[in-house]
Amino acid sequence: MISYKADVIIIGGGIIGCATAYYLAKNNISVTVLEASDYIGNGGSSRNGGGVRQSGRDPRELPLVMYGIRNLWPHLSEEIGVDTEYHQDGNLRLGKNVHHREILQGLTDRANKVGLDVRMIDGDEVRKIIPYLSDEVTVASWCPTDGHANPLTTTLGYYKTARKLGARFYTGVKVMELRKVKGELRRVLTDDGSVFEADQIMVAAGYESRKLLGSVGIDVPMTRSLLEALVTEAEPHLFDQMLGTADADFYGHQTKHGSFVFGGSSGFEGFNKDNCTPMTSSITAPAICRGIMKYFPDLADAKIVRTWAGWSDKSADGVPVLGRVEEVPGLIVACAFTGHGFGIAPAIGDQMAKLIMSGTTDIDISALHYDRFKAKI
Amino acid sequence: MNTLSDRSRDIGEFVSQPGDEMIICRCEEITKGEIRRAVHEGMFTMTEIRRYLRAGMGLCQGQTCSKLVKGIVARELKVSPADLEPATSRVPMRPIEMKVFANENEDEDE
Repeated sequence: MISYKADVIIIGGGIIGCATAYYLAKNNISVTVLEASDYIGNGGSSRNGGGVRQSGRDPRELPLVMYGIRNLWPHLSEEIGVDTEYHQDGNLRLGKNVHHREILQGLTDRANKVGLDVRMIDGDEVRKIIPYLSDEVTVASWCPTDGHANPLTTTLGYYKTARKLGARFYTGVKVMELRKVKGELRRVLTDDGSVFEADQIMVAAGYESRKLLGSVGIDVPMTRSLLEALVTEAEPHLFDQMLGTADADFYGHQTKHGSFVFGGSSGFEGFNKDNCTPMTSSITAPAICRGIMKYFPDLADAKIVRTWAGWSDKSADGVPVLGRVEEVPGLIVACAFTGHGFGIAPAIGDQMAKLIMSGTTDIDISALHYDRFKAKI
Repeated sequence: MNTLSDRSRDIGEFVSQPGDEMIICRCEEITKGEIRRAVHEGMFTMTEIRRYLRAGMGLCQGQTCSKLVKGIVARELKVSPADLEPATSRVPMRPIEMKVFANENEDEDE
């Protein structure tokens, strides 16, 4: 049984944990990150479609993501010493019929209300931006300040730089329990009996956060759904924008490498089998392909080289749980990103580090508070 | 927790070696030096090396290079290659056109 001490412990080695560790280490705070799996960034951090977007987000998390896109993403590659492949070339959400148009109009109106530049454009304007789109596309929402990046290199870039600045990372270390000392959260117990101690502890462990928080009497209402994605071989350059559809049949972008990364759904996401490791089912990738070809007939001959799956950690109201947990002094939580945690991660890391260091954040995160969940009556 | 868990454990400094310019992953043109340097930047597993460098992400999905990559990483970490996990293989077994993959419902009426 071994004992360790740091200023801050972060439970979870995904992009949220690694980014927070970086912004803390940058300010000379001693931080230890505990990751249960053998790999840094093995959850949603490495499995998502790479979207860095403001459009389509709930207003409660919009100020955070806009802050990140304005202040952090533009120079992130230089700062964390990797090519994040960040592109701010806009986001197109495509539609083919009147029903799609209504969905997109709603999204556009909600965005404009909070000062985000999102416009509706017609099929011809869409094809001026991306000529390869099918004639069936009649409408799209267009957000010029959205974009995409490489989630693998970004996550590992935060890890590598935090580690270089002195943050300690342990993989294969599963935290079983949070433990209070004299009413304050100070300790975590791991599966091999080790005890880590710190003044503040952040839980950013994805879906597993719920069980851990339960050990100090806190519950975050969340569930999981298993999403899938695929990647093609390198293709000639077709477009730079991040794409999505009103019907959510697929979303994705073309990478620096030339391959296309697309995610999509079969409709069974909430019911897919938990095989103890994210595994694809045989019906989803073909469904994603059919979805893509309806919009990009030219991609019919593109070869798929790999498919994968990942869990979306869904909060009960679609936005993450973030911030201090007042009734457990010393506890900070950042989880349940509901499938859109990548683009917002730099802002989360930056603001959680500020919260840990100074007790406040620059952006108002009160709407994402852990005890906002009330019964409907 | 075993010795492999601590990502800050001392594995020595990165020292340039002859042969660092040799291409190991030929699909993505990743050199031995890049792989060795990545280990010193904290990438201690095959999965992290793949995600960080793209070694094993090309057309052959690591069939050509993964044993070589594993040997290089193991040597840098001063462990046996048997201590490193095999790279994860995933569907499809070889590249398949979107239109073929999409065609699973062959028997149904269009």
